[in-house]
Amino acid sequence: MYSKGLAPLAAAAAVTLTAAFAMVFFYAPNDADQGFVQKIFYVHVPMAIVALCGFVAGGVFAIRHLRSGDPSWDLRSYVAIHLSIILGVGVLATGSIWARASWGHWWVWDEPVLVSFLVVFLLYCVYYPLRFSIEDPGRQARYSSVFAIAAGAFVPLNFIAVRMAEQFTHPRVLSQTGGDLPGDMRLTFLVALLGMALLFVTLWKLELTAKHASMQLKRLRNERVRDRARVAA
Amino acid sequence: MIAAARTILRKDLLIELRTKESVPAMVLFSITVYVLFHFGLDRDSLDGALAAGVLWVTLLLAAVIGVSRLFAAEREQGGIDGLLLSPVDRTALFVAKAAALFLFLSVVELVAVPAFGLLLLGPGLGGAFPELLAVLALGNLGVAATGALVAALAAETRARELIVPLLLLPLLVPVLTACAQATEPLMRQDAVAEDLGRWLGLLSLYDVVFVLLSVAVFDFLLED
Amino acid sequence: MPALPLDEAGKYVAGAYVVFVALILIYVAIIGAKIARIDRQISELAGVEDDE
Repeated sequence: MYSKGLAPLAAAAAVTLTAAFAMVFFYAPNDADQGFVQKIFYVHVPMAIVALCGFVAGGVFAIRHLRSGDPSWDLRSYVAIHLSIILGVGVLATGSIWARASWGHWWVWDEPVLVSFLVVFLLYCVYYPLRFSIEDPGRQARYSSVFAIAAGAFVPLNFIAVRMAEQFTHPRVLSQTGGDLPGDMRLTFLVALLGMALLFVTLWKLELTAKHASMQLKRLRNERVRDRARVAA
Repeated sequence: MIAAARTILRKDLLIELRTKESVPAMVLFSITVYVLFHFGLDRDSLDGALAAGVLWVTLLLAAVIGVSRLFAAEREQGGIDGLLLSPVDRTALFVAKAAALFLFLSVVELVAVPAFGLLLLGPGLGGAFPELLAVLALGNLGVAATGALVAALAAETRARELIVPLLLLPLLVPVLTACAQATEPLMRQDAVAEDLGRWLGLLSLYDVVFVLLSVAVFDFLLED
Repeated sequence: MPALPLDEAGKYVAGAYVVFVALILIYVAIIGAKIARIDRQISELAGVEDDE
């Protein structure tokens, strides 16, 4: 069910990402101010955007879960959030490397994407302890969905707030998340973004398939145990 | 729905008046934190951004205490089952709890803000009013809505005392940002309101989002 | 800060891309391990069924 279209999706992701990396190193020009270091931007920012979208998607799946009561939506929500947290680690790591290479410090506060990401990341890290401290599976799914919705609504709000704050304390000098990119850089960025998005969906489907198979298996084994017990009795 | 909310709210206020468990603790905590900041920052008086930051961080941390205890009465007397068995509209429950938290915070601020003016604020509070009241009102609303939601989310987990601060504080970062930024120019030597509309606008947006969201999802919490 | 010379900058850029690739590979490895476990359990189940 979940693995439909997985192979072509994976192929598309691989092709797009490879093309993106090739463009990064052979097509896009070096940035005038930051030099070669700016290349990190092509992996850091797409990861951040995809991860943030993943969090919001987790919230949307959670809404569908609460409205329908169908646990498969909760599974989709969980995997989306789980993957976005992993990407989040990558965002913070690459962001830190970029900061170090550009500014000499392993962290800077004047990049609104990075800062707002830190807050979002800290919030979503609580998803696991919240989820796994509730034993009843129905309640666990429901409460996780409520969290996913609240946190998903929080993501854009937080981004707005951080951006507003940064505008007044640290005018944006470095950030190139979108607006004024020259054509060839912008194309490279868009290809990288597409590749990252395809990768996310591929991994999402992959994990959904694995989890679903594992759940089916558990059910089969429980049935087997029950049948044997019945026969023996 | 309003009647049910009012009943629950009255009960919570009466319990607090009788037991005096949450509000005095929050006040005491705030003043203690001011003292901590005095020693930690090694400063006798603060102004501007530093003052705004210390005030709002203290109020937020005090709010965490209030949120942790928001459903305490129901839990300790097994009252939550009683509430759930009766056909109480979950929206009424949310409104009541959020209103209670809002009132608790307001009472705490009645003491904690003047205390801040006394202990740590260099320029004195006079210049900050009346704008500070608007910031406090909208900020409290955001904290109350989010706080009630988080309290309900954490109400039945085993690790409640850990989950509440970990969930609540990141969710309140926009509130903290807006309140601190709005308050900062009010706490300078020559206090004047700068960009107040912008920050109050952000606070209003946050309040609307989280009130609507909590009302929508509260039905799915505290069930069965 | 003036742009880093190419060899130094290269290390940081390479580091960032390595982090990205490593994350993906570790993730795929974990999913792979999970699938291997599922495969093993299915064989057990099928093996048990044959015994009966």
